[in-house]
Amino acid sequence: MTVNQPEPIPEKGFAIKDCALTAIATGRRAQNLRELRHILQEIHPGSIYYHFWGGLLRPRYYDREYKNDFANWAATSLHHQTLAERLSVIDPNDYADIERLREELLDTIDDVLDATEQVPWAVADEQFHFMRSQIVVFSTHHLVAEPEQLKEVVPAMTISSVFYHFIDARSRTDAHVDDFRAWLGGMSPRYDDLCERLAQVDPYFESLPRLREQLSELLNDYFGGGAS
Amino acid sequence: MRSMLEAYAEVAGADVIDQLHQLAEPLRGKRVVHVNSTRIGGGVAEILNKLVPALEELGIESIWEVLTGESDFYQCTKGFHNAIQGTAADIPPALLRVYEETNAENAERLRPVLAEADIVLIHDPQPAALLRHIPERRGKWIWRCHIDASRPYRPVWRYLRKFVSEYDASIFSLAAFAQPLPHNVYIIPPSIDPLTEKNMDLPEEEIAAVRERFGIDPDRPMILQVSRFDRFKDPLGVIAAYREARKFVPNLQLVLAGGGATDDPEGDVVLTEVQQAAAGDANIKVLLLPADAHRTINALQRAADIVLQKSLKEGFGLTVTEAMWKGKPVIGGNTGGIRLQLVNHETGFLVNTPEGAAMRIRYLLFHQKQRLKMGRNAREFVRENFLVTRHMREYLTLILTLIHGGEERIVLG
Repeated sequence: MTVNQPEPIPEKGFAIKDCALTAIATGRRAQNLRELRHILQEIHPGSIYYHFWGGLLRPRYYDREYKNDFANWAATSLHHQTLAERLSVIDPNDYADIERLREELLDTIDDVLDATEQVPWAVADEQFHFMRSQIVVFSTHHLVAEPEQLKEVVPAMTISSVFYHFIDARSRTDAHVDDFRAWLGGMSPRYDDLCERLAQVDPYFESLPRLREQLSELLNDYFGGGAS
Repeated sequence: MRSMLEAYAEVAGADVIDQLHQLAEPLRGKRVVHVNSTRIGGGVAEILNKLVPALEELGIESIWEVLTGESDFYQCTKGFHNAIQGTAADIPPALLRVYEETNAENAERLRPVLAEADIVLIHDPQPAALLRHIPERRGKWIWRCHIDASRPYRPVWRYLRKFVSEYDASIFSLAAFAQPLPHNVYIIPPSIDPLTEKNMDLPEEEIAAVRERFGIDPDRPMILQVSRFDRFKDPLGVIAAYREARKFVPNLQLVLAGGGATDDPEGDVVLTEVQQAAAGDANIKVLLLPADAHRTINALQRAADIVLQKSLKEGFGLTVTEAMWKGKPVIGGNTGGIRLQLVNHETGFLVNTPEGAAMRIRYLLFHQKQRLKMGRNAREFVRENFLVTRHMREYLTLILTLIHGGEERIVLG
């Protein structure tokens, strides 16, 4: 077992992993927009990651209106639709790292604070609770030997496994790509077209079950509908 | 005979149980000890009754120990419970002495088990002082607080804090319930068990028999609230909502079902007020049910068209999740944990007033397709998020993170 090490991908095959998150309360809470901004400026980057990505694996309804926790709080607790809309369209994939994403969040909030005479407040029991998470990655003991097998394997993956290989991978691989592309790209130029199609799948604006469906459809389309 | 995990697989899905086996694999042979204050009754015992054998089935040695104490001890810990929930009442020093002595005595009795365990989970404040009596402990100790500690009575919390601060981690049910502590504070929401009498599938005849027993007409719409007769559950608000909705749905029936015996003196006052408000209306049934009437409550929830939980203040209202599991849309008070349990406009509605509840009752009764769709959404939402199997997964994940040093990313295997 390794702790906090990059995961080795076997040379001959793709090991299907799964993951589980723990949620940890940081103890930092915001009652109004200015407090949110203040805490956001200094909070651990893991907390920003959690409020954008971690939500995908938490108790929540899949087709939620606002795509990250900040936007959701702006809408439901601050009742500030302008801010909610602007925060909701921030796609974390557009930023090289969490610090750039943090800057964008702060700029968006500053714009609203500059244009607002009264700082938006939440009622007493609707504070924003800053959270962070730990991730445990574990083996499913499934090994994919040939790329064609992906079309059978992906539809049967758990949503947390999809999260691990398609979303979490972007923050742990040097090229910031998902594990499928990292594996296929290292095999043969034959799969360049498939990699390109995988790159076009937006991992952020869909729920994990829908993302799994999309990937399954794409792989089925690429490798053909029959049994491989 | 099928195992407990096989039974859960049939309800929650085989992949969910596979995940539990995979997570448990690195923990095989480890010993986990739970300590609480009762083996029967209450939500904690209910969870442990399932969690302990499930962990055993996963290959993790699991032991469940229960504190023993005299009545003064329980009087003191009842005071803790109330104080954590915000009741401003000091606890006499004599009772605090009993608390500490009882924990010391139990620590002596349990020392071999506690000292050798890899993980010790201490549930609620009753056994919280055990830790300081086991300095030779070799495992990680976790304090699991099942109580809403969002606004504790500070003098009592300060006293308890000195015990729980020494733990390696703590767990609260919601971020809003947690208090800052000098270790990682994990958040694990509660869950329901789909296989208990409260939640299991029931034959149609049994549901029909319960309807008949209480004089509920199966051919007319019925709305239900299951809760103690407590002001925070707003039973009078539910009656007001029913009266408002009945102007448009004249054949509507309301059932208010709650516990009978209570040590809450205000409970009787609220019950009397509810009975007075319902007097003269044969379409309102106020049911006082015994504490173990789980199947009856289950049948009532299944017989209802809509379930209400119109609380003014609520922690994690298990009855909301239980009703959703039965495929019912829930109209819930826009407060506390209900906001996490219920997805507004998707699995039911969040409301702030009796008028709001009445409007949603009318809407759901006039839009049957939408009502059924919300019910299906509700059941699926619970299946994904609030079954005891998710609770087990989170415990296993937390144990793994503690055993492996609490790093942000832990890669196993």
